[in-house]
Amino acid sequence: MSVILILILASLGVAVAFLVGFIWAVRNGQYEDTCTPAMRMLADEPAEKSPPPISKTKPSNP
Amino acid sequence: MNTNVETFKYDNRIVRAFAIATIVWGVVGMAVGLLAAVQLFLPEANLNLQFITFGRIRPLHTNAVIFAFVGNGMFTGIYYSLQRLCKARMFSDFLSWFNFWGWQLIIVSAALTLPLGFTTSKEYAELEWPIDIAITVVWVAFAVNLFGTIVKRREQHMYVAIWFYIATVVTIAVLHIVNSMEMPWSGLKSYSMYAGVQDALVQWWYGHNAVAFFLTTPYLGLMYYFLPKAANRPVFSYRLSVIHFWALIFLYIWAGPHHLLYTALPDWAQSLGMLFSLMLIAPSWGGTLNGLLTLRGAWDKVRQDPMLKFMVAAVTAYGMATLEGPALSIKSVNSLSHYTDWTVAHAHTGALGWNGFLTFSMLYWLFPVLYRTKLWSVKLANYHFWISLLGVIFYVIPIYIAGVTEGLMWKQFTKDGFLQYPNFLETIVQVVPMFRLRAIGGTLYILGVLLMVYNLYRTAKSGKFEPDTVAQAAPRANHAAVAGKTTFHRLLEGKPLFFTVLAVVAILIGGIVEVIPMYLIKENVPTIASVKPYTPLEVMGRDIYIREGCLGCHSQMIRPFRSETERYGEYSKAGEFVYDHPFLWGSERKGPDLAREGGRYPDAWHFNHMDDPRSTSPGSIMPRYSWLLTQPLDTNSLPARLKALRKVGVPYPAGYENGPAQKDLVAQATRVVQNLKQGAVTAESDREIIALIAYLQRLGTDIKPAPAAAAAPSSFE
Repeated sequence: MSVILILILASLGVAVAFLVGFIWAVRNGQYEDTCTPAMRMLADEPAEKSPPPISKTKPSNP
Repeated sequence: MNTNVETFKYDNRIVRAFAIATIVWGVVGMAVGLLAAVQLFLPEANLNLQFITFGRIRPLHTNAVIFAFVGNGMFTGIYYSLQRLCKARMFSDFLSWFNFWGWQLIIVSAALTLPLGFTTSKEYAELEWPIDIAITVVWVAFAVNLFGTIVKRREQHMYVAIWFYIATVVTIAVLHIVNSMEMPWSGLKSYSMYAGVQDALVQWWYGHNAVAFFLTTPYLGLMYYFLPKAANRPVFSYRLSVIHFWALIFLYIWAGPHHLLYTALPDWAQSLGMLFSLMLIAPSWGGTLNGLLTLRGAWDKVRQDPMLKFMVAAVTAYGMATLEGPALSIKSVNSLSHYTDWTVAHAHTGALGWNGFLTFSMLYWLFPVLYRTKLWSVKLANYHFWISLLGVIFYVIPIYIAGVTEGLMWKQFTKDGFLQYPNFLETIVQVVPMFRLRAIGGTLYILGVLLMVYNLYRTAKSGKFEPDTVAQAAPRANHAAVAGKTTFHRLLEGKPLFFTVLAVVAILIGGIVEVIPMYLIKENVPTIASVKPYTPLEVMGRDIYIREGCLGCHSQMIRPFRSETERYGEYSKAGEFVYDHPFLWGSERKGPDLAREGGRYPDAWHFNHMDDPRSTSPGSIMPRYSWLLTQPLDTNSLPARLKALRKVGVPYPAGYENGPAQKDLVAQATRVVQNLKQGAVTAESDREIIALIAYLQRLGTDIKPAPAAAAAPSSFE
């Protein structure tokens, strides 16, 4: 069952990498504002038109 | 305020390329799935062609829908959303196209090699070693492109979707490398470096996390981007989405052992897997509710907008699948559900509902945006939704019923303590009508997809594609403001160091590949003295068993339940598999377990059964394998096979492959031919069927008392 050791080490490696990522994110101030990012992502395309409205007409109007 | 606004362009061409690939491979992958489904009630649907027989196209179907359909779908969404969330074009156009063409090339090589029988047999990792290397290279290119874009982003905050993408790219790389360690013995074939229980553990650690990090996390990222975009309102709780991400990441990777409950895996590992699986309900449902609550007050939009309908159904399917998954990993539930079609139904709730519907939703939203037009027909999209939803229902409900039926019938005892259904075939015949209904469900689902293909084609025709979207944003605020804290981060932004880091990672991988197999081979000591390596003929037969994908329907792992030991014999021990490269435990039973198949039937029975299963087992849904009777055995490659096996730790004596092995092979083949003659079957000794029979007759006999010994007690009386 020695392979468990390898899997645990690999899993721990991934987990530690993400822990570092988490600590970085917090110290970097990524989560100081948990309100506006959700809104800003909606309007992040100033030079782009907003998605077109859904067509209400039938495709092939007789 | 920063006033030096920069103007730049988002790359839409790469998004369109991936979107088209998603659609094409989606249709192909689902059609192959339908062909496989039909063969489960109409075995003749393989047209007696080995290349499209169930065992070979099952991995083709799973690989096509996971890596080709969902894979390209993931790239479509990431390449579109990452640029916009980072306010930056992709790091390198060259890497983008390398990613695209490399991935398509991998898919095409999979579509060629799997029907030809080149498979490692490890589920969702069936592709052979040259393709595994190609996957690694293309994935690293994708990783560099993704991280490069994040580093040069103009938006300080990394939106939660980006974190989901990072989790995908990092974890899949680790999983793929650890699970794909194999020893080549030809240009397209190899043996797993791991053996038996160890191979099983690595495989299902991979298998579980591949579902988590290939089918779940990237699509959650897409959900957090495209759902708010479609509803045009922010996600219900951004804070919850952040918690969702971090909780999921730290829990997911420990749940893998739930695929191996009641097997030879240590008990503590099984309990750990079950515990973490149950804990996963919390973040998963947090995410589900976050998605659905985003639509609060906007349900009128759902009524009109097919894109939102698909999204709601997808998120609901995610919620159902992530409640069911933990339930299935509870040991007592698993004892019923494992090896049955319940697992298949669970997988398809996720694949058809979550991945499929989310992809359709994204495509319906993307095409009008990319082509600067309106969706050609909302009505047709609504038809797609209802037809495909009906398809999902017609697929999963019969298969749930089939799964529970199988589980209950396998375990049913009579009052007197005998198995109620001792003949396995009875239990399969019982659920064949469900297999038929499932094929109807699959057909409906594909019909819906074809409507989408036409609709999107007309949409593209009616608009004008915009290859680049011009955007403007201010560069990221100077880090001087937070200097000191972020020096490490700034260092990383220097390109030379960035690539140095990558180089170090590559070297580390190389080192691990060198060291781990050595370590494992030393540890892999036989614990049962009577367990011996396979003979040369059995090795050849085992490779045919792998080539034909027998493990798609037959397990080789008897769990320690009375219902299983009564039916199949002594339960499987970890020590029996020390020479199994790869392990062949399987995950489904459409036919009986074969762990103790050796000696159960005469050689001639196997011969006739492989030629026409219905001649020995009326009503069987197993395909005919008549080509095994005529195809010559490829004995030229025997030395290469034995040498590769010795390198991964099977103790064949030095020089065995140059002469003695061939002699042993011929002698054993001659014995099989003689046995066949006793059963009134004439066969040539150099045919593939001979090797397969030799392998089947060996299964489980190492620790099984010989028939003579079983009859012996009378002489002691």
